[in-house]
Amino acid sequence: MQPLGDRHLDALREVGNIGAGHAATSLALLLQRPVRITVPTVQVLDFDHVVDAVGGAEDVVVGTYFRIGGDYPGNLFFIIPACSARAVLRAMWTEGDFGDDLQSEMALSALGEIGNILISAYLISLSDFTHGKVETSVPAVAVDMAQAILEVGMLTADADQCLIVHTGAHIEELDVWCHFLLVPDPDSVLPLLTALGVGGE
Amino acid sequence: MIAGQVVHVGMADLKVVRCPDRLRSVGLGSCVGVALWDPQTKVAGLVHIMLPSAEGFTDPPRAKFADTGVDWLVEMMQQNGARVERLRAKMAGGAQMFAFAGKNDLLKIGPRNVDACRRALAKWGIPMVGEDVGGSTGRTIELHSEDGRLWVRTVRGGLIVL
Repeated sequence: MQPLGDRHLDALREVGNIGAGHAATSLALLLQRPVRITVPTVQVLDFDHVVDAVGGAEDVVVGTYFRIGGDYPGNLFFIIPACSARAVLRAMWTEGDFGDDLQSEMALSALGEIGNILISAYLISLSDFTHGKVETSVPAVAVDMAQAILEVGMLTADADQCLIVHTGAHIEELDVWCHFLLVPDPDSVLPLLTALGVGGE
Repeated sequence: MIAGQVVHVGMADLKVVRCPDRLRSVGLGSCVGVALWDPQTKVAGLVHIMLPSAEGFTDPPRAKFADTGVDWLVEMMQQNGARVERLRAKMAGGAQMFAFAGKNDLLKIGPRNVDACRRALAKWGIPMVGEDVGGSTGRTIELHSEDGRLWVRTVRGGLIVL
């Protein structure tokens, strides 16, 4: 992977900012509560450190995964730690109870749908922002160790490192944290930077 | 009893230790942990495989792929005093983490990793004496050099010992 300068990092941070910003707006509408996003971080990390962005390797999380096609192939994750996922479901469930079981069909379907909406918002803004073609896959959702879920995003990476654009989102009222993690394929970084107007030196 | 230390084996990583140390890989999804143990010298080795084959890659990191990773692990075991004819293998991992994989082959790499590891071990004639593979769950594993036990921990299924 080419070395990234400050201008490249700034441009990629802006992707994380705009993408997660749009997604956060959708989340705020969905939950009827304000959502604040963090300043995005852009890092080239060893595989084992990618998970640090969202917590511990063995922490149980709900992960929604999209394989991105089109001009900038890559991977996008929406990750909610288990306790935050339960809080989100409790806030959405006005009738009955999902029984705190994140593995139940209802919980998984609801969480998958939330992930789907948020990731779509992120990708639409990526496409608008870069004027590029962004194709999405069917969303996949799983509840398991964070490391085991994020692993799929590293399969297309170079030797033993990958570039990640991480943005956190916080719903203070529910004490909920969630994370957007964009992991472009190595071959997508240059086209992405070019589309952002910082492709050259 | 000397407790020994726990040595972390990261993704696309390989380590060999002696008794009483242990080897641990955390959160294997579609990745496969291949463990080798020599009961006589109590040399233990673990490789964290991500993909089935290094074919088509220039200068690939050897531990990342089943074909090159298992070979390298056997070599490292030998360098540390183990003998191929005494080695026993165990493995865990190779899950499909996400249901509804659709056309995305990346999501279905787990079973292919398992097959490739099996083939690589068979080439050396190393017997497989325990495995916990496939399914749809992440696994954390720990190999004990003292007796060759492999602990496999999952979020839902608790702990099993191979």
